[in-house]
Amino acid sequence: MTATTMTSGPKKQHLTRSLAFVALPLVILIWALTDLSLGRTLVEWIPYLASGFMMNILISLLAMTFGTVIGAIFGILELAPYRLVRYPVVAYVQIFRNAPHLVLIFATTYIFPFEIVIAGNYLPFPDWVKAVIGLAIPASAYVAEITRGAIQSIPTTQWEAAQGLGFSRWQALRYIILPQCVRRSLPPWMNLFSSITMATALASLVGVHELLHAATDASTAVRRIDFTIIAYIVVMAAFFALCYPISRLTRRLERRFNAA
Amino acid sequence: MTVSPDNAMTTTDGKAQDHIVKLEDIHLSFGQTQVLKGVNLTVNKGDAVSIIGPSGSGKSTLLRCINALAMPQRGRITVNGTRVDQLTKESERIELRKRVGIVFQQYNLFPHLTVLDNIVLPPTKILGVNRAAAEKLARELLDKVRLSDKANSYPGQLSGGQQQRVAIARALAMKPELVLFDEVTSALDPETVGEVLQVIRDLVRDGMTSILVTHEMRFAEEISDTVVFTENGLIVDHGSPEQIFHTSTNPRIRQFVGGLGARGTVRDGEGI
Repeated sequence: MTATTMTSGPKKQHLTRSLAFVALPLVILIWALTDLSLGRTLVEWIPYLASGFMMNILISLLAMTFGTVIGAIFGILELAPYRLVRYPVVAYVQIFRNAPHLVLIFATTYIFPFEIVIAGNYLPFPDWVKAVIGLAIPASAYVAEITRGAIQSIPTTQWEAAQGLGFSRWQALRYIILPQCVRRSLPPWMNLFSSITMATALASLVGVHELLHAATDASTAVRRIDFTIIAYIVVMAAFFALCYPISRLTRRLERRFNAA
Repeated sequence: MTVSPDNAMTTTDGKAQDHIVKLEDIHLSFGQTQVLKGVNLTVNKGDAVSIIGPSGSGKSTLLRCINALAMPQRGRITVNGTRVDQLTKESERIELRKRVGIVFQQYNLFPHLTVLDNIVLPPTKILGVNRAAAEKLARELLDKVRLSDKANSYPGQLSGGQQQRVAIARALAMKPELVLFDEVTSALDPETVGEVLQVIRDLVRDGMTSILVTHEMRFAEEISDTVVFTENGLIVDHGSPEQIFHTSTNPRIRQFVGGLGARGTVRDGEGI
């Protein structure tokens, strides 16, 4: 009895998970097939929606790349022995970690000019780049805190052992402390990745052509209530398909690290 | 005899010029707590010196002063010609630490690296030795500590005794002039203490200058050229193992050694 529940337990869970994963696409598919005119319209608009979604992926990847690089450096600087370095960084992190993403996207959109003049050449400064900056800023603040926390979670005896062998402070950080931090900060980093990816939808509010914006365009053009609904379900399904695997992977990694 | 709390030059065998470590009038306090209150100690090249004494007597701090992990407020420390107490720059302390190995109670291996990489990393990154040479040396050292088959294991997969032997190999990979052992068997279960002590015994036999803080009385008696008894931040007495463990007239030492005697016998029974 116990044995059967034990084997069926995880299996059942697995089934529910895959069900969640296919549920939204299934709803879309069945609905589109039962009303073929709706299905045809949706198929027509899919490339447009997909081009919007590419923008979400692009913004998310770039924001996370910049955010991670800057955040990792800031996280290290948050622990610098010099106050002159530490205080401004801590201030940056505290301010931007507690600012709503939408506010930052609005701020970067309106603070930066729409074009930059470099040596007499007018270079466009598109809104999507501003959205990348608007999301990279909070991402860097979060990554800084993740990095700082990871460094501080490494026992001081590791520093002492490194020091005792003759490693400099920087070498100890580079070869002994940071490699151990990567493993510890991966799960929270992926959570952040997922949350920044979802926040890319906010860029629609400043006119960036991304998925949510594309869906709004489409529903305004088609002017059918059922199409509007299915278009937004497609938006949800797309974000789900991107973020759910990230959160699954995070949980698996967390379990593996806890076991080790 | 190698240790003299009063006059470092006083020896019985006339080898005083050969000293590698010399501590003179070392005073150190952490805040209000005075840990060392005027310690004098001289260690000759090739000797094994054991520091024994009750907990909190400043043994570990004394050891850490030798490789500048702790800095005294007063006194002179000389390690093979280097005035350690005058090293103010981190880079100078690093130069010293390259020459003085230290092994800790809690092993402190790097958990993200394999056993082999734990031993290879310091010489390659600190001394600039090439990878192949460092690996060759690492394998020789692993052989020496009888862990050749564990080269590709991670520290977490090893027992405490095995980890401690890797830590010793890691310290030796830097080819130090002397090695400090800070209660290296205190965190181990009795079964693995023996294997670690055997490695240290081999090392001492090979002529490596070793300074040990230890609670293993039988072991200290067996391998040491000199035993130092510390209490309350001072060296109470020093001398040959015979003098400290058997013929001392100091009641405090007799009490301390006597109290630990039973433990030493048990260890002996386990074939150390």
